[in-house]
Amino acid sequence: MDIVVCIKRVPATDTAIKIAADGKSIDPTGVQFELNAYDEFALEQALRIKEQLGAGSVTIVTVGPKDAKKQLDDGLARGADKAVLLSTTEWVYDGASTAAALAAWLKTVPCNLVLCGRQAVDSDNNQLPANLAARLGFGCVTEVSKLVLENGVFTAERDIEGAREVVTCKTPAVISCQKGLNEPRYANLKGIMAAKKKPFVEQPAQLGSKAMEIVSLTLPAARAAGKIVGTGADAVPALIAALRNEAKAL
Amino acid sequence: MSNIVVIAEVRGGALKRPSLEAVTAALQLAGATGGKVTVVACGAGLDAACAELQKSGAHKVVAIDGATFANYSGDAWAKAIAEQCTAHAASAVLMAHTAMGKDLLPRVSALLDAGVITDVVAVGFEGGAFTAKKPVFAGKATMAVKATTNPFCASLRPNNFAPGCSATTAELQKLPAPAGDLLSVVKEIVAAAGGKTPLQEAKVVVAGGRGMKEPQHFKLIEDLAAAFGPGVAAVGASRAVVDAGWRPHSEQVGQTGKVVSPPLYFAIGISGAIQHLAGMRTARTIVAINKDADAPIFKVADYGIVGDAFEVLPALTKAIADVVKSK
Repeated sequence: MDIVVCIKRVPATDTAIKIAADGKSIDPTGVQFELNAYDEFALEQALRIKEQLGAGSVTIVTVGPKDAKKQLDDGLARGADKAVLLSTTEWVYDGASTAAALAAWLKTVPCNLVLCGRQAVDSDNNQLPANLAARLGFGCVTEVSKLVLENGVFTAERDIEGAREVVTCKTPAVISCQKGLNEPRYANLKGIMAAKKKPFVEQPAQLGSKAMEIVSLTLPAARAAGKIVGTGADAVPALIAALRNEAKAL
Repeated sequence: MSNIVVIAEVRGGALKRPSLEAVTAALQLAGATGGKVTVVACGAGLDAACAELQKSGAHKVVAIDGATFANYSGDAWAKAIAEQCTAHAASAVLMAHTAMGKDLLPRVSALLDAGVITDVVAVGFEGGAFTAKKPVFAGKATMAVKATTNPFCASLRPNNFAPGCSATTAELQKLPAPAGDLLSVVKEIVAAAGGKTPLQEAKVVVAGGRGMKEPQHFKLIEDLAAAFGPGVAAVGASRAVVDAGWRPHSEQVGQTGKVVSPPLYFAIGISGAIQHLAGMRTARTIVAINKDADAPIFKVADYGIVGDAFEVLPALTKAIADVVKSK
């Protein structure tokens, strides 16, 4: 099975976001970037499926800046066979244009399975996997936290509101991965050395037209300072009174 | 004039409330442009849901009803819905940002060669273009966008619009569900154990963190949640205790978990890492209980108690139970 894993370079989740002077993007000064957390589950699942089948390939791809090579190298060190950078200089925030770029490239390579994280934690769109599946004519299951492959058919489980869905999906497929699917491995020294010899391809992304333009990016209003109602269990009556009378929350 | 299509979500024959919220947003947009609102529902046995949708304020309801649509299939449903969007000359397509909405709307939008703006908290129509606002970076910032494709698709975060209702009854068009080759299909829906209140729908969230010290101490958190009565409160957890395996990921609040916005949020033994604050800072009232008076959680909390959770929680649980009983 030829598996493609879509990854994204995103600001680390402990980043305090600052808005740039243009009022439409974040100020990258001092921001650490990392591999999108959900993409780690996608890569791990790809490596496990390849191990299960004892054959096939795992290619990692990103639509992003040249600096995303670092995250691709990390993926190669963890065990991916090949990395592809579809390069762009802009912030990739529109899932439809990203999906268009990935679909254009995917149509040129062998692929039976695309694995993605459920969403990128910068734009928080949660739309690329299903959008990409429609463009490729693939089946799709999103936000999967359990995945079994048997006789070329996937059985996936996903959380929905108040319940869990069991979904079957034929190949070729796009599957988006939720936390809990697996425990991602990290790169070891041997993997890091081996990664240096693995194929790395860079080509410009063929981004589709954007579905939206950013008008502004703003920080939410700060919450008004609260108050400490007291110390220990003795403060409970004061808290109850405040919740009832002031906040009208009880 | 711009027509709007709303994709309704029906599960087990029941219309999901966020679909009515989407009708409200659609009417707001249609009112600004002079267009009509059509609701499209897919499934098997849609009569009750359609009757409710006909009273939602929408101008027309289309039901694609039949045995082949008894179980959700993203690819089959998206195809049928996209055809209706085209047939009704939709300039905008709206759906709730639920598990189904996140799976279905991006697929519909791709078939319409449009994009989708997801997790939207406000919509508008300005200068001839649809506009929307959505949280990004897990709510650390808000992005305002202008749609540049037609149609414009948006999934709406639940609990941001009042559900629609009307005295008039909309026209109903019934269509048979098409037969076809399903690429993906739901085989089974397993209800969550113990009929728990879904975290994102709960009126009260009681969340615990590393300050609870041991996984079994979450009993105290569960007791406080239970004190609010059945179906009111849900248990949440910080990333630290989920990563430690104390609690399931389905309870995680924060940047790699769920973003919640309940009327009342309790953060207990949670220091308030930036990733956690991103997931709960829009709660209406926040209560923090922490031993460390300098914990960052107190900077966003409306009310705080500095103290040991093991001492405060039993007293608080009893006091809440008394309030609930007295109502």
